[in-house]
Amino acid sequence: MMSLLEIRNLSTYYHSRRGVLRAVDMVSLSLDEREFVGIVGESGCGKSTLAFSIMRLIQPPGEIVEGEIIFSGKNLLELNDEEMRRVRGKEIGMVFQDPMTSLDPLEKIGDQIVETIQMHEDIGKKEALEKARELLESVGLPGNRVNYYPHQLSGGQRQRVMIALAIALNPTLLIADEPTTALDVIVQEKIMNILKKMTSEGRSIILITHDFSLAAEKSDRIVIMYAGWIVEMGDSKKLVNDPLHPYTKGLLESVPDLWLERRIKTMPGLPPDLVNPPPGCKFHPRCPKAMDVCRKEEPPEVQVNGRFVKCWLYGV
Amino acid sequence: MEIIKVEGLKKYFPVQKSFLEVLFSKELQFIKAVDGVSFTVKKGEMLSLVGESGCGKTTVGRMLVGLEEPTEGRIYFKERDITSLRGEKRREIQRHIQIIFQDPYASLNPRMKIGEHITDPLLIHGIATNEEAKRMAIEMLERVGLVPGEQFYNRLPYQLSGGQRQRVAIARAMVLKPEFVVADEAVSMIDVSLRAAILNLLMSFKEEYNLSMLFITHDLSVAKLVGDRIAVMYLGKIVELGEVNEVIHKPKHPYTAALLSAVPSFEKRDLRVGIFGDVSNPIDLPPGCRYNPRCPFAKDECRKAEPELIGTDRHSFACHYPLDIVVE
Repeated sequence: MMSLLEIRNLSTYYHSRRGVLRAVDMVSLSLDEREFVGIVGESGCGKSTLAFSIMRLIQPPGEIVEGEIIFSGKNLLELNDEEMRRVRGKEIGMVFQDPMTSLDPLEKIGDQIVETIQMHEDIGKKEALEKARELLESVGLPGNRVNYYPHQLSGGQRQRVMIALAIALNPTLLIADEPTTALDVIVQEKIMNILKKMTSEGRSIILITHDFSLAAEKSDRIVIMYAGWIVEMGDSKKLVNDPLHPYTKGLLESVPDLWLERRIKTMPGLPPDLVNPPPGCKFHPRCPKAMDVCRKEEPPEVQVNGRFVKCWLYGV
Repeated sequence: MEIIKVEGLKKYFPVQKSFLEVLFSKELQFIKAVDGVSFTVKKGEMLSLVGESGCGKTTVGRMLVGLEEPTEGRIYFKERDITSLRGEKRREIQRHIQIIFQDPYASLNPRMKIGEHITDPLLIHGIATNEEAKRMAIEMLERVGLVPGEQFYNRLPYQLSGGQRQRVAIARAMVLKPEFVVADEAVSMIDVSLRAAILNLLMSFKEEYNLSMLFITHDLSVAKLVGDRIAVMYLGKIVELGEVNEVIHKPKHPYTAALLSAVPSFEKRDLRVGIFGDVSNPIDLPPGCRYNPRCPFAKDECRKAEPELIGTDRHSFACHYPLDIVVE
């Protein structure tokens, strides 16, 4: 099967006064149609930069320095600005963490959705407004919310409006960057169910989150990022039941879980400074299984029982 | 022994009136942030207070440490009524009651050395001389994992990461060897891989000092991990209170069950208790049980009479028709 999205050797750097920060460092990843992928990592691991790179929303001092992003057969990095603008929204939608900063406070919800639709499609205002109502209803909001201003809605309702906006042009891929981080669990569950339902309607979802258990529960496949690298990637259940990379294992053991009876384990150290990352494997200073080779050479990327892992433990 | 006892605690915040509303002398309205809360915290006990944003949990914590004055109700510290203590007497008590805030970027003074954050409380309470305070601060910095302490003593907050700052906030609270500590979302802003270390640090202090704590969090998984007992708040009231395993595995209140159903987990249980709509307006509460508009099990009675929190020390709940379920 042809994949919907294929990222090959993508590197995105930020140029800072201290030097070059390798936020995304030679990352390869593919996504199938109707697939729900969760990208998990801590702040600064490059997960949001990866999402912004796919959307080509990286602003200076950031820069995509190499790689390919093949979406529906075309390399997004080779499109001109006008072509890319048409891809955004229409083919790839995005939901951000903070709905209040992404909505115009002075414009009614309905008008904002209508504007988005009319920007890309040649339809009348009345028709577009009707579509806006339907969109709101599809994310579980009453259609009359088109007449509301953003401040009249709760955080969860606003985030649902953002999702409605993101799918207004019927994109095949939706990227959700920490969509529920600012929200309570009950609202989170509702929003996740809406996203989940979209995959059965033919969409693919990339969920970016720091919440490992949320990604484990909702996504088909999990991608674990650390310091700009993908360190492990595979089927959610298998990855959680049998983590291969020491970072994945450490992360799993450090997360409090409602239903697991266990103490949590502390992971030593801090994530590295990406301007001066440690040599060899970037995780080696925190790794309980670090060997000599880990301190010197970058780990190989290997497949173990259909699972991708970047670690010397499974090296050749 | 009870370290903290709270009785019928209420906090109403007046709603700002617009000019027109003043002109037409519209009645002053109140947000009932905390609306009659009672509980105790025993010696050496960790009580987790959970609820969604806006439920009043932070306001409870702030009243306990004297940052907010209760509208009604009593707070007892070791059987002494401290509700309206002010001035010198309050300061004397304050030494034994400390708070750790959520945001380690806002709770430290950017121009103050790390060490001074910890010596200050010692000096204010006249516990140590300058030299003693410095020595104690360095010891405490090392105790919370900021090694070498002398180096960290002279640094400024901007030189520390979020996790390290939170350790400073913990050191500042613990250096007075308090008997009761309120931790308000103390790990919510800390990165996942560092959160465990902070939680383990707090629990080690609890063991070492036989400390009593009120651990305020929105995260039920964390509440369960650290708590001996859990209190669940909804719109200013405690709806369920009991030992951790009782509340988690035999939830009685439909709200607790709805929360449990929504928490993500590596081993999700087949618990699907629903909830309707959004949180009601805390200015204009529904009659009867304040949860009734969202409750899938609400009956007539629930729309008329407000249920009281009743039960035993082990498990109590405020519901006319409590659930009878066991989640393994």
